[in-house]
Amino acid sequence: MYKKILFVTFLSILLIQCSGSESEDSDNTSAPAAYDRAKMLVHWADKIILPSHTAFQSDLNDLSSKTSVFTADPNQPNLENLRISWIKTYKSWQHIEMFDIGKAEEIYYKSKMNVYPVDESWINNNISSGNYDLDNANNYSSQGLPAVDYLLNGIAESDSEIINKFTSTENYKNYLKAIVDKMVSNTNSVINDWSTYRSSFVGSTANTASSSVNKLTNDFIYYYEKGLRANKVGIPAGVFSGSPLAQNVEAYYKEDISKALLLEAMEAAIKFYNGTSFDGLSSGPSLKGYLTHLNSTKDGSSLSAIVATKLETAKSKINELPDSFISQINTDNSKMLLTYDAIQAVVVLLKVDMLQAFNINVDYQDADGD
Amino acid sequence: MSNYLNYLNKESSSHSLAVFRIGFGFLMCFSIIRFWYKGWIEKLYLVPEFHFSYYGFEWVKPIGDYTYLLFIICFISALFVAIGFKYRVSIILFFLSFTYIELMDKTTYLNHYYFISILSFLMCFLPMNAIFSIDNIINRKQYLKVQSWTVDSIKLLLSIVYIYAGLAKLNSDWLFKAMPLKIWLPSKFDLPIIGETLMQYEWIHYAMSWGGMFYDLLIPFLLLYKPTRIFAFFLVIFFHIFTKVLFPIGMFPYIMIIGSIIFFDSEVHKKIIHFFKNLLLKFYDINKIKDLEKINLYKIKMQNLNLGIVVIFFVIQLSFPIRYAFYPGELFWNEQGYRFSWRVMLMEKMGYSTFKIVDQKTGKFFYVNNEEFLTPFQEKQMSFQPDFILEYANYLGDVYTKRGHKNVQVFTDSYVALNGRLSQRFIDHNINLYEIKESFKHKNWILPFKDEIKGL
Repeated sequence: MYKKILFVTFLSILLIQCSGSESEDSDNTSAPAAYDRAKMLVHWADKIILPSHTAFQSDLNDLSSKTSVFTADPNQPNLENLRISWIKTYKSWQHIEMFDIGKAEEIYYKSKMNVYPVDESWINNNISSGNYDLDNANNYSSQGLPAVDYLLNGIAESDSEIINKFTSTENYKNYLKAIVDKMVSNTNSVINDWSTYRSSFVGSTANTASSSVNKLTNDFIYYYEKGLRANKVGIPAGVFSGSPLAQNVEAYYKEDISKALLLEAMEAAIKFYNGTSFDGLSSGPSLKGYLTHLNSTKDGSSLSAIVATKLETAKSKINELPDSFISQINTDNSKMLLTYDAIQAVVVLLKVDMLQAFNINVDYQDADGD
Repeated sequence: MSNYLNYLNKESSSHSLAVFRIGFGFLMCFSIIRFWYKGWIEKLYLVPEFHFSYYGFEWVKPIGDYTYLLFIICFISALFVAIGFKYRVSIILFFLSFTYIELMDKTTYLNHYYFISILSFLMCFLPMNAIFSIDNIINRKQYLKVQSWTVDSIKLLLSIVYIYAGLAKLNSDWLFKAMPLKIWLPSKFDLPIIGETLMQYEWIHYAMSWGGMFYDLLIPFLLLYKPTRIFAFFLVIFFHIFTKVLFPIGMFPYIMIIGSIIFFDSEVHKKIIHFFKNLLLKFYDINKIKDLEKINLYKIKMQNLNLGIVVIFFVIQLSFPIRYAFYPGELFWNEQGYRFSWRVMLMEKMGYSTFKIVDQKTGKFFYVNNEEFLTPFQEKQMSFQPDFILEYANYLGDVYTKRGHKNVQVFTDSYVALNGRLSQRFIDHNINLYEIKESFKHKNWILPFKDEIKGL
């Protein structure tokens, strides 16, 4: 009996020793490196986040100057130029909505840029009173890109009537200028902040709820689930309401660009997941790379590839839709629902499989485990 | 039989119980303050509009702002237990208030909370205030000895926890795949020194899996056996501090470390009491307390009744963790008999469950936004546990019926990943969960686990 216990004791010491300290004679087998999160953050910041913001900024500046031209002289060509610029800006917005971090998070940037459907009566009140505070949460649905949509495409039936409104009352011009200016100043403050925020962003590599990798991974998933899946497809298709709500599509008044915007958003999500740089020319460390890295040290199927494939499947489903979601919803909503299902399939993989593999702290409230 | 009677008459120093009582009481006080300080009373019990109940305890709910009162009662009774003031009433009050708190919402279930509940239940039958207690002064009596079984019952309970925790680790995922440690440890890359190095080695994952298994299975014996006791105690400290560094396990390590002191000789406990006395002397001349009648043995009133309850208690404790054997299918997957069984930090399971409300007549449907009803923590816990999913589905059915929806059916799209396996569908999505009521019967609407985990 005593011998047995001695043996067991010895064994326990051995195990504790093993787990407690690195043995001296472990020749040069160095530890398999943990994934280089610092490098990933640098790549995200310098090759994806900053370039996409700068691109958006320049499109927005163009929108701003086209707005000046149009408001100075409201006519058909100027209106059309402005619309083209707005569409371009709206598309490049799809690349940055997911980065709800730093200054953007602080000033509720995405809520001020892209909450839809807009509140028409609120906008009309703002226009007629000329008295409003765009920083007030009540005004989130009366500014940003959707509000520009309303002003350029929705305030009247025909282009001539729209132009008429702008020529007849200063208030329309003022409101358009005000919301475009607001977008410009919000965007500038987000981008300016990145010059200082970058270093703390890149340096925050730990595994805590507030560290950059965890936060941005969370942001990405949240965006994919809410901003992309629910807002652009699910809600208009009536997934959460029982009956379709066609008026809730993105760019409702322009009508025929909902698909283009969704595709752009999907591509942005795919690029972020794959670690493709914004210009598409290079690639770097990414969620996909991180997953592949973890898979390599663990047997089993390659999750990283499955996610990538399902993202592409979702994209091809989107491609099957017509330009206008409104007509699709009104004629055959089941196609929208199929697209929704394809997008949804990735949510499961991201939220369950990927988060389990990373074992990162998500922003669940802290509580003890056992 | 005579052995049995001899054992019952065996005596131990009452100091052992006193040390345990003091440690337990003050740890609980600290634990409650910590819980309150972290804002968890509000977050976990007051903010959520819906609470997940234990089967049969649906009537136990948070009681609004009075929930704070509950914690105050729990705190005061723990303090009274620590100092041995009106001990019997205090420990019963503690057991009731603490258990009530735990029963309010099973989202917060932790094995060590359950451990505290049953331990405090056991303590209701033990003369923990025999010595070094305020009750001694009130009653002008102190007792030098207690029957040995009272001390041993605490050791037995601690041993049951360890041994069942060890037995639970005898499965192929834990031992031969090093799961879930292979997921958990590499994610601790941000620990100083060992994070980027040791935690990344695969052999470390295996060594710690096996080490943890041996530790749990053997530590009670190493603590019971005198020659290995000191070593075992250091092992206890090392093990629990180490797990504390690795995992967010709250008070559990401290409870187990303090609890293990009971395994020492009564001589050690006397020294500890002596140390406390010296500490007290700095504030109050306790030597002034005189004329306490020294009685040799604390005789438990209605000893047979007490003993009978304790024996039944242990029969339940020994059999409860193996109740899972009555259910078909994989325990980790179905979780039928998973709780209250010392399956501590045993698996990595995550899920994602969405719910579809269908009008049976028209076929019209929509999906529920879980955020409307659950906190993120509740949603996380609900997503991979069948009894949570069922209870929530029933709740949703009621809510939407009340909101005027007709012919309500509730279906779930539920996906779960276990120990790093790819997620698979968890619940049969063709089953109307609103028709199903909770019971102890096998939940045949859980889809079978597509892999096999061998072992206990």
